[in-house]
Amino acid sequence: MKAAAPLAIVPAVLSVVAVAQDPHAGHKPPPSTAPTQTQPSPETSKDAHAGHEQPSPASTSPSEPDPHAGHRTPPPAPDPHAGHAMPKPADDTGSEGQTAASLPVGASAPPGVIKDSAVDTIYGTSSMARARDVLSDEHGGSLVSKVMTNILEFTTASGEEGYRWDIEGWYGGDLHRFVVKTEGEGDGDEVDAAEVQALYSRALGRYTDLQAGVRYDFEPDGLAYATVGVESLLPYWFDVEGAIYLSEQGDAFARLEGSYDVRFTQRLILQPRLELTLSAQDVPESDTGSGFSSAEVGLRLRYDIRREFAPYLGVNFEKSLGRTADLVRASGGEVDDTTIVLGLRAWF
Amino acid sequence: MKTDEAQSAHRIIKMDRRTLLKRAAVLGGGAALGALLPPWAQSVAQGMPSTMPTLSGEDIKLIIGHTPITIDGKTSHAVTINGTVPGPLLRLKEGQRVKISVTNNLNEESSIHWHGLLVPTHMDGVPGVSFPGIPPGETFVYEFPVVQSGTYWYHSHSGLQEAEGHYAPIVIDPADADPVKSDREHVIVLADHSEMHPHLIFKRMKQQGGVFNYQRQTIAGLLTGDDQTFAERAEWAKMLMDPTDISDVTGAVMTFLVNGHGPKDNWTALFNPGERVRLRFVNAAAQMIFNVRLPGLKLTVVAADGQNVRPIEVDEFQIGNAETYDILIQPTDDRAYTIVSEAVDRSGMGRATLAPRPGMTADVPPLRDRPLATMRDMGMDMSSHGKPSGDSGMDHSSMGHSNMQHSPAAAPGMAPPRPRGSDVMADMSAMEGMDMSMLNPRNAPQIKMGPNVQMITPMPVDRTGEPGQGLESVGHRVLVYKDLVALERNPDSRAPSRALEIRLTGNMERFSWGFDGWKFSEGPLPYSFRHGERVRVTLVNDTMMTHPIHLHGHFFELVHAPIGYLPRKHTVSVLPGGKVTFDLTAEEGDWAFHCHMLYHMHGGMFQVFKVRRSEGEVS
Repeated sequence: MKAAAPLAIVPAVLSVVAVAQDPHAGHKPPPSTAPTQTQPSPETSKDAHAGHEQPSPASTSPSEPDPHAGHRTPPPAPDPHAGHAMPKPADDTGSEGQTAASLPVGASAPPGVIKDSAVDTIYGTSSMARARDVLSDEHGGSLVSKVMTNILEFTTASGEEGYRWDIEGWYGGDLHRFVVKTEGEGDGDEVDAAEVQALYSRALGRYTDLQAGVRYDFEPDGLAYATVGVESLLPYWFDVEGAIYLSEQGDAFARLEGSYDVRFTQRLILQPRLELTLSAQDVPESDTGSGFSSAEVGLRLRYDIRREFAPYLGVNFEKSLGRTADLVRASGGEVDDTTIVLGLRAWF
Repeated sequence: MKTDEAQSAHRIIKMDRRTLLKRAAVLGGGAALGALLPPWAQSVAQGMPSTMPTLSGEDIKLIIGHTPITIDGKTSHAVTINGTVPGPLLRLKEGQRVKISVTNNLNEESSIHWHGLLVPTHMDGVPGVSFPGIPPGETFVYEFPVVQSGTYWYHSHSGLQEAEGHYAPIVIDPADADPVKSDREHVIVLADHSEMHPHLIFKRMKQQGGVFNYQRQTIAGLLTGDDQTFAERAEWAKMLMDPTDISDVTGAVMTFLVNGHGPKDNWTALFNPGERVRLRFVNAAAQMIFNVRLPGLKLTVVAADGQNVRPIEVDEFQIGNAETYDILIQPTDDRAYTIVSEAVDRSGMGRATLAPRPGMTADVPPLRDRPLATMRDMGMDMSSHGKPSGDSGMDHSSMGHSNMQHSPAAAPGMAPPRPRGSDVMADMSAMEGMDMSMLNPRNAPQIKMGPNVQMITPMPVDRTGEPGQGLESVGHRVLVYKDLVALERNPDSRAPSRALEIRLTGNMERFSWGFDGWKFSEGPLPYSFRHGERVRVTLVNDTMMTHPIHLHGHFFELVHAPIGYLPRKHTVSVLPGGKVTFDLTAEEGDWAFHCHMLYHMHGGMFQVFKVRRSEGEVS
């Protein structure tokens, strides 16, 4: 392709040159039983040899200026109705000769990988390079975000009212994402617990993301942690996540969460949810003992008005475990808690 | 087809042109309501050649812009060509040259690709592959010779504009007499339209798998004995596969259009009883595959993807995104017929009417039960005793025998329904020694493994003899690819000099898609070819969804037919767990190769075929 050729005449130039040089244009068939007709008349269709026909040289016209000579449909036979006048049932086609599937396939080596562009010489490398960047972005490169309230609810337990949230947001591509998570709870008077995590997320497998970053607790005490964890979709559609946290004071904790969607109808969905927390050590100031420190089971029945907007009603049981329960009891606290919850699962 | 029927179907009926013109004039007033649409897409279309073309000749001007459109009484926004959806029909003539100037009045880049037309590579209209795109406010002049005839279409190749209405049909009349004789013809452009912006649709699918699917399996369904049994559900859930995931964008957020009209608009095509009517179907939908039928009429398929085929009579056909089919019908009764274009997942339908007079309607059939994917869609169907990939295309075990153990002779579409509960991995003994892992890299070493590859089909089968998903047991004859045989002789019938296998990969949970494990954004090496070489390409679908795959600048030939008469296509649907084999003669240039489901392409299922002459060859 000649760069200097003005755009408008490129096709014309191509046409003439292509035909002159096109190895197809005059493509000589192997010795053949070339038929005189180029159309499959009913007779040739029934002919057991029909399938062996090779293109007749007369079926292409090398003198015609056509850049797609190799693509041309052969000129119709003198009788254009030949093929349509007495159509054959397609069921017969399998029996009328050799199909192309049975052709021997050669073992030629493929050409080397072609890296240049066929059109840079026409449109210029810089404008094409810019277009290639856009092309790449628009075919698999999109960056997407999501903000979701897993839990956003009012809670009530024996007359005491409170609230709770568990919200996650992410931004990025299929492999790399920036993730922010926040959760906490409180009542009318004060925020009892509030934390924020900022994480880098990397897809590890088909259904698993590795997440690492920092966590900061605003309440009950200002405390920073380093964290690493995973989010995964397990066989049977169990959603799970787990993370370990190392506080700036050197204490280690872990949290495991799992949930499952029980689809009663297309829109009425029950979500059982389980959360376990662990501690590697006793932390008396926060009434936390080593080992499993708490367990929580929730049942939330939601109605998907749209998938991304679903109010729910549920119940939540929470219980301190093991040494933690002992510490809580010693300081006069409740070791278990049952709440009715009313909330909204939404995302955008 | 019985021979006498066939002969009558091909009888030419002389039309009374004067009568028809008179009728057209009477109806002119009513048609003014749809004045914003080109005549062939107005609510009532005469289908006479005189009313068909809106743009033809050697010098055509198109303007891309924003226009509000009204569908079923609701107004929404569209990206339009010359102010309409679909845009103007281009009626061209084989052998002519055409100059088409396209002005982009959007505030973003745009483009037009001539789908199925064999044009020089720099006129193919794919920004970043064949030209730089058309910047806002600028005009680009396409110029190329028209070297073929048939039914095609054109659409944007920029962003997701096609989903917003940027598409239109092309009809090219042959230079010589058309072997398909008809008294009247209608162009029928099927499409999907959403009031939700396509970028938001894409984002939602990235945010949550199956977000638009409101036909999932439920506990309620289990209790009433619907869908899969508990054992089947457990087996599928274990593999994290959802058998109801037939289409990722559904009728929940889409309206299905016929020539820009919703089902309530009821676009009506006119005919006179006894006439032979040619219907040129184009599936211009962004994401929906349609099942097309006209209850009460036999459909004689005469062309696929613009290329004439030996006539084949069917009752229904499935049309993948970007495919075109020309059919002939000859209704003799003075009654209306519904043109049904049912969404493959049964989440809705496009509806139009074929009638002798405007205002007539026919029964609209209810949506049929939505299909469930089967083990066969994972390439794990034990009943067929299918063979591993690499087997020849002569795979008779898969010739429409899906789930047909009881009736191997049933014609496509007429298999007995599969008994509930039979879709389990039962007879593993027959598969002894075979690796049934769903993710074994040794089954396709060319695949780049990673989070974007959810599965590798262990034993894909040639499914071109099967109807599409959900049509196996509809009780009447359904078109399959193996029915298609070219009418005219192929220009090249050499044996291929080499073979190439390309795997269609993806991860439905992440909504990421690609070829051989690569999203295009990850910079895969292009597929490279020598100009003029004949290559046998096998596409293997390693996902649970159908992918209509389109190659620009070429017709490729499906290999099931007699040598020399292979059906030539520009787009082919590869069923889940299936494979399709075609031969192609490489044409010099850079050619886009992609899934024609817009959101799969946008998710990465895009590549480039680069074809060059050898050293010393002059171009």
